[in-house]
Amino acid sequence: MDIFLQQVVSGLATGSIYASLALALVMIYQATDVVNFAQGEMAMFSTYLAWSMLQAGLPYWVAFLGTVAFAFVGGVVIERVVIRPVENAPILSIVIVTLGLLVIFNSVAGWIWTYIQKPFPTPFPSQPVRLGAITVGAHDVGEFAVPLVMLIVLFLFFRYTPLGLAMRAAAQNPVSSRLAGIRVSRMLALGWGLAALFGSVAGMMVAPIVTLDPSMMGGIQIYAFAAATLGGFTSPVGAVLGGLIVGVTENLVGTYVKFIGTELKLTVALGIIIVVLLVKPSGLFGRAVVRRV
Amino acid sequence: MAPILEAEDLQAFYGRVKALHGVTFSIEPGGITTILGANGAGKTTILRAISRMVRTTGTVRFGGERIDRLAPEAVAARGVAHVPEGRGTFVNLTVEENLRGGFYARRDKAGVAEDLDRVYRYFPVLAERRRQLAGTLSGGEQQMLAVSRALMLGPRLLLLDEPSLGLAPLVIQEIFRILRAINAEHGVSILLVEQNARLALDLADHVFLLETGRVVMSGLSSVLAQDDAIRRSYLGY
Repeated sequence: MDIFLQQVVSGLATGSIYASLALALVMIYQATDVVNFAQGEMAMFSTYLAWSMLQAGLPYWVAFLGTVAFAFVGGVVIERVVIRPVENAPILSIVIVTLGLLVIFNSVAGWIWTYIQKPFPTPFPSQPVRLGAITVGAHDVGEFAVPLVMLIVLFLFFRYTPLGLAMRAAAQNPVSSRLAGIRVSRMLALGWGLAALFGSVAGMMVAPIVTLDPSMMGGIQIYAFAAATLGGFTSPVGAVLGGLIVGVTENLVGTYVKFIGTELKLTVALGIIIVVLLVKPSGLFGRAVVRRV
Repeated sequence: MAPILEAEDLQAFYGRVKALHGVTFSIEPGGITTILGANGAGKTTILRAISRMVRTTGTVRFGGERIDRLAPEAVAARGVAHVPEGRGTFVNLTVEENLRGGFYARRDKAGVAEDLDRVYRYFPVLAERRRQLAGTLSGGEQQMLAVSRALMLGPRLLLLDEPSLGLAPLVIQEIFRILRAINAEHGVSILLVEQNARLALDLADHVFLLETGRVVMSGLSSVLAQDDAIRRSYLGY
C-alpha cells in the first residue's frame, strides 16, 4: 500500500511537468490550430539559459525569473519572426516549420553547451518531507507545487482580466475579434510567449531529475502529447488532468507490470495516445469539432 | 452636414476576382442607409471593404479621416462596428464576456458600465442569460447579442449584414424596433444590408441600389420605394 501511494505521489509530481508542457501545447493549438513540435526543445533551450545564469553565480530564483522572462520574450519573437510569415500557409507547412525549430534548437544547444550531461540544481531542500505514511522528496513537492501555482495564476488571468478575455476571444473567433477591435496578431504572439514561459518552468523543474542535456525533453514531449491527447487538445483543464493521469499511470504501470519496468515506460505514453485516438479522438474533456457544411 | 462615411471609386478583390467595380457613395450622419441588390451584387463586400476585411483600392473616409489603409481592428477602434453575416458571436464565451470583449478597443472606459446597462435595457433577455454560454442562445438572441456587442464599442457607425437572416418574423420586428431606437436615441448611423427589401426600405431613410459591383441608383427610400423598377425587382408587386 505504501509503495502504491508513494508511486501515486511521485507520479503526480512528474505528471505536473507533463501537464505544464501539455498546457503549452494546448494554448498554441487553441489559438492557431498548430501543434508546436518544438515546444519541448524551446523548454530545453531555456533551461540551458538558466544553467548559464547559475554558472555565472546568480541566485537560483533570480536565474529562474530571468529564464521565465527570456522564454516569454523568445516565444513572442519566434511567433513574430518564424510563424507569422507562414500564418496562412497550409497546416502541414507550419508543422514542418515547428519540426525545423525542433532540430535547430537541439543542434544549437548542442553546439553552445555540448551534448555532455550537466547536473542541474533544485531550489528545494534535500531532506524528504513526511506525508502521513509516506515520505517524498522536497523536490517532488516543489515540482508539483510550482506548476500548480502557475496554473492557478494563468486561470485567474484568463478568467478575470480584460487582456485574458481578449486572448480567449482571439483564439476562438479571430474575425469577430478584429471587428471588435482586438489586435489578434498581438494576442497570438502573447499566446506563444505564455506557452514558452510555461515550457521553461517545466524544463527547470524536470532538469534536476533527468539531468540537463539537449535531448532531455524528447521523452517528456511525448508524455505531454499523450497528456494533451488524453485530456483533449481543445481543453486546457483536460491537458492538466491528462498530464497528472499520464504521470501516475506511467509510474504505476512501471512498478506493477514487471516486463515494462523503466525501459518500456515511454511505450505507455504512446499506448495512451493510440487508445485515446481509437476510442475517443476528442479526448476526455475536448469538444468534438462539428462544422456546418 | 458633412457625410460620416464617403467611399470613392471603391474596388474590392477576393484573390484576383474583382467584386466591386468602383463604387462611390456617402452616408449622412445620424441616418439609416440600406443597400439593395441581388445576390452576388457585392452588398456584403461593401461592408467588408469598409471594415477592411477584404483587399481594396480607392478611398474610404470616416469622419473625414482616411481609413482605407488601416487594419480592421484600427477601423473598429475609430468607431465603426460591423455585425457580420452569421453574427460571429463567441459561442464558447458567456453572454457577458461577449459584451465585455466588445469594448476591448474602446478608449473611454468610463462609458462602459453605462453602455452595458443600456444594452441590457434594450435586450432584457440578455441580462437574464448573462452567465450562459453564447452558443446556447437561440438564433434571435444571438443576433441581439451580436448587435449589443457592436454597441459596446461605442460606435458612430453600425454596419449590419443581414440581421434578419433565419429569424422568426416576431423576432425580426423586435430587433428592427430596437435598431430604430438606437439610431434615434443615440444618433448612431446605420448602414444596413438586408435581403428583405421591404423591411429594409421601411427602416431606412436612404437607399442605394447595387448591381454587379456598381451603384446604379440612390436616393431617399420614400422616393425609391415608389419606383416601378425597384418595386418589380425587389418588392415583387
